[in-house]
Amino acid sequence: MYYNVFGEKVSRARYKEMLVAAKNRRELIAAGLTSRRDLFKMGLLTAGGMLVAKTGLSSRAYGQTVNGGTNQMCLPNNQPASPPTRAFIEPLPVMPTAQTVRTLTPTPTLAPNTGAGEVRAASHQAPQIDSRRFPVVPRTLYQMNQHAISAIQSPDLPIQTIWGFDDGVHATSPGPTYFAHYGVPQLTRNINALPPASQNGGFGMPSVTTHLHNGHTPSESDGNPCDFYGIGNFCDQYYPNVLAGFNFDFMPNGDINESLSTLWYHDHRVDFTSQNTYKGLLGFYLLFNQFDTGNETTGFRLPSFPQFDIPLAFADKVYDPTTGLLAFDLFNLDGILGDKFLVNGKIQPFFNVQPRRYRFRLLDTGPSRFFQFFLTDLNNLGATNPFWVIANDGNLLPVPVQVQSVRIGVAERVDIVIDFSQFAGKTIYLENRLNQLNGQGPVDDFGPNGTSQECTQVLGTTTPSILAAGQGNLLLQFRVAGGTAVDNSLPPAQQKFYQLPSTDVEPRIVRTFKFDRLNGQWSINGQFMDCNTFRFTVQQNSVEDWILMNLSGDWTHPIHIHLEEHRILSRNRAAPPLAIENSRKDVTQLHPNERVRLFFRFRDWVGKYPIHCHNVVHEDHAMMALWHVLPTGDNVLVP
Amino acid sequence: MNRLANRLARRKFLGMAATAAVATNVPRPAVAAAGDTAAATFAPETPASARSRIQQRHLPNIPLVTHEGKEVRFYDDLVKGKVVTFNFFYALCGDVCPAVTANLAEVQKLLGDQVGREIFMYSFTLKPEADDVLAIQNYRDTFGAGPGWTFLTGKPDDIETLRRAIGFTNPNPVLDKDTTQHIGNVRYGNEALMLWAACPGMAKPSFIAESISWALRPDTNRVQPP
Repeated sequence: MYYNVFGEKVSRARYKEMLVAAKNRRELIAAGLTSRRDLFKMGLLTAGGMLVAKTGLSSRAYGQTVNGGTNQMCLPNNQPASPPTRAFIEPLPVMPTAQTVRTLTPTPTLAPNTGAGEVRAASHQAPQIDSRRFPVVPRTLYQMNQHAISAIQSPDLPIQTIWGFDDGVHATSPGPTYFAHYGVPQLTRNINALPPASQNGGFGMPSVTTHLHNGHTPSESDGNPCDFYGIGNFCDQYYPNVLAGFNFDFMPNGDINESLSTLWYHDHRVDFTSQNTYKGLLGFYLLFNQFDTGNETTGFRLPSFPQFDIPLAFADKVYDPTTGLLAFDLFNLDGILGDKFLVNGKIQPFFNVQPRRYRFRLLDTGPSRFFQFFLTDLNNLGATNPFWVIANDGNLLPVPVQVQSVRIGVAERVDIVIDFSQFAGKTIYLENRLNQLNGQGPVDDFGPNGTSQECTQVLGTTTPSILAAGQGNLLLQFRVAGGTAVDNSLPPAQQKFYQLPSTDVEPRIVRTFKFDRLNGQWSINGQFMDCNTFRFTVQQNSVEDWILMNLSGDWTHPIHIHLEEHRILSRNRAAPPLAIENSRKDVTQLHPNERVRLFFRFRDWVGKYPIHCHNVVHEDHAMMALWHVLPTGDNVLVP
Repeated sequence: MNRLANRLARRKFLGMAATAAVATNVPRPAVAAAGDTAAATFAPETPASARSRIQQRHLPNIPLVTHEGKEVRFYDDLVKGKVVTFNFFYALCGDVCPAVTANLAEVQKLLGDQVGREIFMYSFTLKPEADDVLAIQNYRDTFGAGPGWTFLTGKPDDIETLRRAIGFTNPNPVLDKDTTQHIGNVRYGNEALMLWAACPGMAKPSFIAESISWALRPDTNRVQPP
């Protein structure tokens, strides 16, 4: 009879594995690597305590652990083992501002130009509402060729072939940053110029549909997952850059309190979103107006764009140890964690800053990891270095909130302001201290002193939910110049932004969405994603409350709904505890066993849109549902 | 073990923890041209090598037995160069397998004579000790599967290797051992083009069939009119 430490019977083979594992651990400890977490971090231990084979890159641990327990979030994936790379030797890439073009050939048309190879579901809505304000061919035009590009993600790795956006002047990944302005409509021609699948290097589907995440966008330009096009085809996407309510209750310009600022665009091709975004098809889209001006001497006086207003796209990735090339775990259903951390496409870069305030727009591009950002001074680990959150999911808060840290999941954004004057002449880091062991979600913090109650039990060692300063992932190094710098932006403590639109409105309908997992399949109300099924119809220009319930066990899902922002009315029937969630959002984290109630105003546009989990691995398998906005809505309570 | 320990120590120094190297103002070193040192340490990549790495990791060439009693090799005979679907079942399975298998029978009808010519469907038993050739043949006949859809069994170790390689596992080891909890997804792929995805086995047959056809024809254009 053989038993494990939990007193459960195990087979003789398992018992032998346990002995081998214990021996391996002792040897590694003798070699000076003391913490199990170090070993996991370095990709050297499987969940069973077995040393990973040098070239192993599968997400599945062979010969699994003998630990009992059902708490999946506590079980480390077979961590990948990318080749070593040096940190903080390459500067942070700052993406160029997207270049417009004078004309597009063929000229954009109201209806899809199928003869020329355009693939679009319907005619543009905006010009049909007001062709003066929204001409069929707006003055601001972009042509984005999506194609393979070469990238140096680390000088210690070979040149990578990834996929990016080319505006005719710059071809980058992340793609060029759109500088957009309310009141200035624009049209982007997205062209699929990707290489054929046989040249995809192991992953990536050359069939695309580009979604402007967070955009109050007409459906035919929204980049719906089920509308996609192959190599040589294109789609003209019309971005009216107009505030919600412009064609309903806040005519003619919309509700200023619905202003958006930090959006991003990315591929959204059904079943292949994770592969295509991982491969580089994403970028930022920044919206400015008379208040968020991009000029720190006017309006809200936020740090000036582009010099002191920097978008930061975070990603964790894996590189094959044999070839040094970007690798993607194709056969993973749960969520992928990488061991290399990139910012704007570069592994662990540094950034020279002046000793003054900067605005950073933080974006978690996934595929699955949650980040909790702290400012860390390695020469003063005990210090808490607060900063200010000014926007959540691209929505400026009523007032800035000072925090010690901020957590985001995949596709969420936070705009923060860091004042580097206190660090003049020093070096300081943006660090992720959130403890996450697998693609399901961060470990919980229900134990004492911010530890994970469940994981401490399962793993047999005290498992913190937030790691100590310096023990997390150092993502970005700030080298702060000495002396002083001119700073015409306002201190966040003195700033006020917009008011939150009222939620004191009776919804036309309250719908319930139960997210579950059965036999490895993700369901919403017991049904699965289908490109040909529309689960419910929202009535154009109405209010709805949506209740989201997470029944899937230990999984945390960042849930995203297209078209409109929402407010979180409650989490488990209480007001959301975090100050920064007193905000409009478009991605809401749904924690294990949680029930959230969301408030929506659906206005202006009609057409099809999705709701989905933005852990892009879940999204591809297929935690998504399609719905319609139409002049007359339905009464399906549990769609 | 000593060599491994040295390598580990060196990796830690090289910056995976990244603390020691940046404690003071380190003068910025000249950036090495990418590919200089990198090319020396890494194996070059071609489309063929990318494809073979997927094969090594996920498409083992294990021996299997078809419902007709024929012995085959998973990669060489079943997968190489083909558009394929994979799913799991076992003969005495309660709800999920019959539902998924019935769904797939519909999918086969929708795909018509592409199955067996351009698309190859494979169902593997989770209980090879119990499900011999006769058992899987009977199971297959119950659902009216047509040619081009093969049911397979094999040695328990081989089936287990396969199951893990193609990703039909539960990250929770307790649930993973429970065959009633087995993964109900249908994985589909185009092996030559390195296109792999999966959809729920309980999705609508029309959607499963459509998804598989995208693997066959990745240049498909699709719009859903409002």
